[in-house]
Amino acid sequence: MSRSLRQRALDYFHHNPTVRAWSLVAPGGLWLLVFFLVPVFMMFTYSFMPRGMYGGVESGFTLEHYLRFFDSLYLTILMRTTVDATVCTVACLLLGYPVAYAITRAGRFKGLLLFLVILPFWTSFLVRTFAMIFLLRDTGLINTALQSIGLIDEPIVMLYTPFAVMLGLVYGYLPFMILPIYASLEKLDLSLLEAAEVLGARPAARFFRVTLPLSLPGVVAGALLVFIPSLGSFLTSDLLGGAKEILIGNLVQNQFTAARNWPFGSAASFVLMALVLVSVLIYLRVRERSGDAAGAP
Amino acid sequence: MVDADAAPVVEFRRVSKTFGSFRAVRDISFEIRKGEFFSLLGPSGCGKTTTLRLLAGFESPDEDGGEVRLHGDVVNKKRPYERRLAMVFQNYALFPHLTVERNIAFGLEMRGASKSEMPDRVVAAMSMVRLDAKTFGRRLPAQLSGGQRQRVALARALVLEPSILLLDEPLGAIDLKLRKEMQLELKQLNEQLGTTFVYVTHDQEEALTMSDRIAVMDNARVAQLGSPAEIYENPRTRFVAKFIGESNFVEATVSDRTEGGWRAVTAHGEHLIVPDHKTIAAGRAVCIAVRPEWLDIVRPDAVPAGENALTGAVRDVLYMGETLHVLVALPGDRSMTVALRNEGQFLRPIPWRRGDEVAVAWMPVDCQVLEEE
Amino acid sequence: MHSLKLPAWLIVLVGAVYVFLHAPLLVLVLFSFNDSKFSVSWEGFTLRWYERLLERDDILEGLQASLVVGVTSTVFATVFGTLLALALARYKFKGRLMLEGLLYVPIVTPEIVVGISLLILFVLVGFPLGLPTVIIAHVAFNISFVVVVVLARLQGMDRTLEEAAMILGADELTTFWRVTVPQLWPGIVAGAMLAFTMSFDDYVITSFVSGTGSQTLPVVVYTMVRKNVEPSINAISTLIIVATTILIFIAERVARDKPLTPAKD
Repeated sequence: MSRSLRQRALDYFHHNPTVRAWSLVAPGGLWLLVFFLVPVFMMFTYSFMPRGMYGGVESGFTLEHYLRFFDSLYLTILMRTTVDATVCTVACLLLGYPVAYAITRAGRFKGLLLFLVILPFWTSFLVRTFAMIFLLRDTGLINTALQSIGLIDEPIVMLYTPFAVMLGLVYGYLPFMILPIYASLEKLDLSLLEAAEVLGARPAARFFRVTLPLSLPGVVAGALLVFIPSLGSFLTSDLLGGAKEILIGNLVQNQFTAARNWPFGSAASFVLMALVLVSVLIYLRVRERSGDAAGAP
Repeated sequence: MVDADAAPVVEFRRVSKTFGSFRAVRDISFEIRKGEFFSLLGPSGCGKTTTLRLLAGFESPDEDGGEVRLHGDVVNKKRPYERRLAMVFQNYALFPHLTVERNIAFGLEMRGASKSEMPDRVVAAMSMVRLDAKTFGRRLPAQLSGGQRQRVALARALVLEPSILLLDEPLGAIDLKLRKEMQLELKQLNEQLGTTFVYVTHDQEEALTMSDRIAVMDNARVAQLGSPAEIYENPRTRFVAKFIGESNFVEATVSDRTEGGWRAVTAHGEHLIVPDHKTIAAGRAVCIAVRPEWLDIVRPDAVPAGENALTGAVRDVLYMGETLHVLVALPGDRSMTVALRNEGQFLRPIPWRRGDEVAVAWMPVDCQVLEEE
Repeated sequence: MHSLKLPAWLIVLVGAVYVFLHAPLLVLVLFSFNDSKFSVSWEGFTLRWYERLLERDDILEGLQASLVVGVTSTVFATVFGTLLALALARYKFKGRLMLEGLLYVPIVTPEIVVGISLLILFVLVGFPLGLPTVIIAHVAFNISFVVVVVLARLQGMDRTLEEAAMILGADELTTFWRVTVPQLWPGIVAGAMLAFTMSFDDYVITSFVSGTGSQTLPVVVYTMVRKNVEPSINAISTLIIVATTILIFIAERVARDKPLTPAKD
């Protein structure tokens, strides 16, 4: 029996599983290799090379760009970035957990409430940041409203302050915290709470001893989803912070534009990447443990 | 219907299948004849499903792992779609995005049936499984009950008029009453259509009820192959005796020949007569099995002549409905279960109560001599 | 069940959070219809800011560029990502674990790092910046997201459906198109939707690799936000919000309509 070309090709793939798998991987894999890994690696090499006269780099090896981070100016930026990201994460958690909890208990409003969290999640970050500007600037809605009712005479300066940046970060990333917490609360087996109740646990004890530990995977996932983009945030501090509130993302951008110091910018990028990596590793550790605590694989 | 002399439609010749270091099927051989209702029976993990998957073509035997033959041809390397089989899956595997009609027509389409005859064949297949085509044809699988899905799955297979139909625990997910009904229907279809059924199940009762022959599988091998009566009444090993129905086991040492068998002595000095068997020789250990319903309970001083008897005390009487199970404790931490017919506990109650000294008696021919596993 | 009751303070807090999430956008939308150029007090209803949008070539061109970039990069990222997800879900092969780990790296890498590292590459090899480089960049950062979404769908999928198709006579390719793809479809659509939205929204990466010529909509909007206080920004923002809302609505529908497995009875 002669087999068709199509059948012979299918046979070939059936009997060569490695070829089969790698031919699926190849297009996307190569794309990521050439347009993600290679550039990041190049950036890594740049961070060890001396600065060129007119931008770019010269050949050679140096650690000076990394050593500059011990300069108090850059140490401050580094600290500020980490502190801001941490504060933002904690704020999102404190605001987001109750919301996620309320959605799971919202009965017939559940779909609507969830939709109202998903909506900003998908809405353009740029547009949302502009919405903040619209409210906060001196001629913005808040100041105008306060002035018109005579509460204040002079506008309160809110835009281009650390407060505005923090508000923008929390506003921007809050949905990232709510959704994973909601997902893990939604999976919670309500009979566990009934069991706890039968065993004599009061509402507070039920929450802290059953609900919270079991939703921990969602909490850590949400924390990671807020913390990482806050670390690398650039748009928020750029638009809401002015020049006063420089975060590491702005530093990187500045080195590649105005300052034209590519190797230092590359080093700053890798310091940022290192921070991200550390937080991912912490996340993986915590998830491993909370996974054990929840009794789930 | 089954023609014992015809060439087998399915043959397994010393087939082995290994997944990594796990040997799922070891060196198994059997033949299935045309029109036969053949069951693969065993506990989970025994290799029965792998055996069916080897036959379906979802798995291939190991290199030099024997031969799977269909209608005489080696099909080791043939893909499932080249084998022209049909199969009913445990979870039915109905395509959720297709209506009942489209599900049933899928195989016809794939095998290039003519477009004009398709609707008629779909309707015919649905009526074969007693599903109304008008009511259910346009529904999606999600809109059907478990039993209805089961019928659609069956129709999807039968519409192809396969010579061999594979069934992987098809009745596992439906409730008991419907299951009994479907068992009968499947058996009828097998007889009417002359299709060979290869049926995988872990339910021994189901296998006994429906099958022409059963391959009992244990630990990746075929433990015993035979008709339901052969397997029930002459289990070859302790595993088979235990897995199919209930059994009592007695161990003894063979001493010498006697009229109608061999004399044997238990570790507690009880004398028994066991029938002749190829594995028996003087001085060898022997394990026998006796079905609970073949045992009788008598007073220790009233054992009929020529019967085997072990004395002990009644530990419990369990009311089972059709039967009563009397548990008798024997010396040495042994026990036996005796099934007595329930003739009505108000009119003719059994005379045994807990603590009674009794003898458990049976005829020597009812001993099933077991082989080493 | 009494445990469903929420304490009053919690309801107030949650209500406040919802106001915080939505009031700024609502205000933004409202004032896109305000008939006043500078004032944020209400001066009457107008559509003139929307009319102004139509007069601005940069916005229309930006929209066009964004659509071209969005659609092209989504197609590539979705195809590549789906194939990768299939390989990861279905096959064991050497380097599989490494590949899986690697796929998460673009997701956690800050946008600014992605943008700048690509800029370095393009400058070094002398690849002219423009829409093609933007598309390349968007495909690169979107592949991983598509993989994650499609993989989740694949892992919930019943493989016996494919076996059933094969025993009914469908070969591997036919099975893929007739059974696997229809099952996977909601995952593919969700992945594509995510990719398109991220591409359509992206400012940071685009701003580095787009060069000076072709500007996507977010780049134009950014410039407006920086320089301009004119309510046209409110108008374009409103349009973006409306478009997003419609898109999510469709996405929800697609994801909901096709159950993976028939419901249990």
